[in-house]
Amino acid sequence: MLDDFMVRAALAGIGVAFASAPLGCFVVWRRMAYFGDATAHAAILGVALSLAFSMSIFVGTVVVALLMALVVSVLSGKGYAMDTLLGVLAHSALAFGLVAVSFLSGIRIDLMAYLFGDILAVSRGDLSVIWGGAACVVMLIGWRWSALLTSTLNTDLAYANGINPKREQLALTISLAITVAVAIKVVGVLLIAAMLIIPAAAARPLSRTPEGMAIAAGLIGMLSAIIGLRAAFVLDTPAGPSIVCVAAVTFIVTSTLKSLRNPQR
Amino acid sequence: MSLIQVERLSVRYGARTALSDVSLRIAANEIVTIVGPNGSGKTSLLRAIIGAIQPSAGRIVHADNLKIGYVPQKLHIDDTLPITVSRFLKLPGGVAGADVEYALKKAAVPELEHAQLSQLSGGQFQRVLLARALIGRPNLLLLDEATQGLDQRGSASFYQQIETVRQATGCAVLMISHELHVVMSASDRVICLNGHVCCEGAPAAVASAPEYRALFGTGTGGALALYRHEHDHGHDHGDHSHTHNQDSESC
Repeated sequence: MLDDFMVRAALAGIGVAFASAPLGCFVVWRRMAYFGDATAHAAILGVALSLAFSMSIFVGTVVVALLMALVVSVLSGKGYAMDTLLGVLAHSALAFGLVAVSFLSGIRIDLMAYLFGDILAVSRGDLSVIWGGAACVVMLIGWRWSALLTSTLNTDLAYANGINPKREQLALTISLAITVAVAIKVVGVLLIAAMLIIPAAAARPLSRTPEGMAIAAGLIGMLSAIIGLRAAFVLDTPAGPSIVCVAAVTFIVTSTLKSLRNPQR
Repeated sequence: MSLIQVERLSVRYGARTALSDVSLRIAANEIVTIVGPNGSGKTSLLRAIIGAIQPSAGRIVHADNLKIGYVPQKLHIDDTLPITVSRFLKLPGGVAGADVEYALKKAAVPELEHAQLSQLSGGQFQRVLLARALIGRPNLLLLDEATQGLDQRGSASFYQQIETVRQATGCAVLMISHELHVVMSASDRVICLNGHVCCEGAPAAVASAPEYRALFGTGTGGALALYRHEHDHGHDHGDHSHTHNQDSESC
């Protein structure tokens, strides 16, 4: 079954959707969308460094994404507005990454594959990295779920309950770095944030509990992966962007349904 | 034995000193109110007590049986986060359904159990926060300007609820308030804070203390004087005459 590239692609997409769902909910609740973007854009620098030092791309991107997250948390609160800081870091990381790639003489790499993903070329090895990473992320977030939720609601309430919000934030940062590294092959650097945010945002109108929203986001992400791949195959469109398009249409449908149900809001 | 004892506490944020050399103790079952101008370190003091900020000097001694219930200054729930009141009260876990009912009843909002948090009114939300603070059956309730954003009737009824809770559960209350008229009638003791403890004692004693008047003015103008306060008020311990009530302990 795994010999079929479409089956491998579908499994890869489902794996990414699986990890993105709970993480994406926290990204939406904590207004970290731009933070996710910055981490993802930094990953292209990780790709360049991995190739230069002939390391595993997964390891290289996890390390650079973690470093990026660290730089953001050190620099935040030093006089710049958060969105300015993230805007500077996200785009300069991307630019430095693209420049670094051009220095790699002797290695011809397909930059487009990293920017937009190459889900149809997913190998069995890639699949095990994707599912291994996704399982780590889901277990980490599942383990910290209640503490994360409490510190997302209010940091002082968390302290009063004996929870250290900074430590919980670290769990999210690590999950984000792993998810980025895992999702590069599937949707590419430029669309990773979309896989985090859009399914979670589309799930919001359907949910009354945080857990319900995470599960709905997972289902929407998985369906988007399957339908998007099918559409890409039939219409001969790029696979990663097609998956994001399906998720975006789902978002439009659920938000419209919600405003039809509660016209005053 | 006091529930909590703050000894020579100092808190700094970088170069700025928020609190210096603050000592106080809270005994079981008393209502203590902290008053002070904006930026006088009131919130820093409560945050140090719950462990959200580390003191730069001094220490805070908790009684062995101390259980704190904390009502934060304000809480913005993002509309993107769907959560019911009951789930909110159960976080971060280990809370039974019966405890949720108990706490909501004590806060006088039993009907809100299944409501969505993001759809509550300001007054309802404060009651739910109070319920959350009560759920662990605390013997010390910390309130940080819990009635901010409520109208006069709303805040009066909120403070009445606090008094009811204290009578029913016997917990001590340490609260920050801007509403001096409420403070004066409902507290056993008032602590006037301005980076350090200016004066403290029974409400009537503090109201007549010169340090308090220097901060808040006299009579009903006091609430307005809060914002016109000048930070260089005198602390000439030597020469002011100690005519104010002796319940006022330190100046």
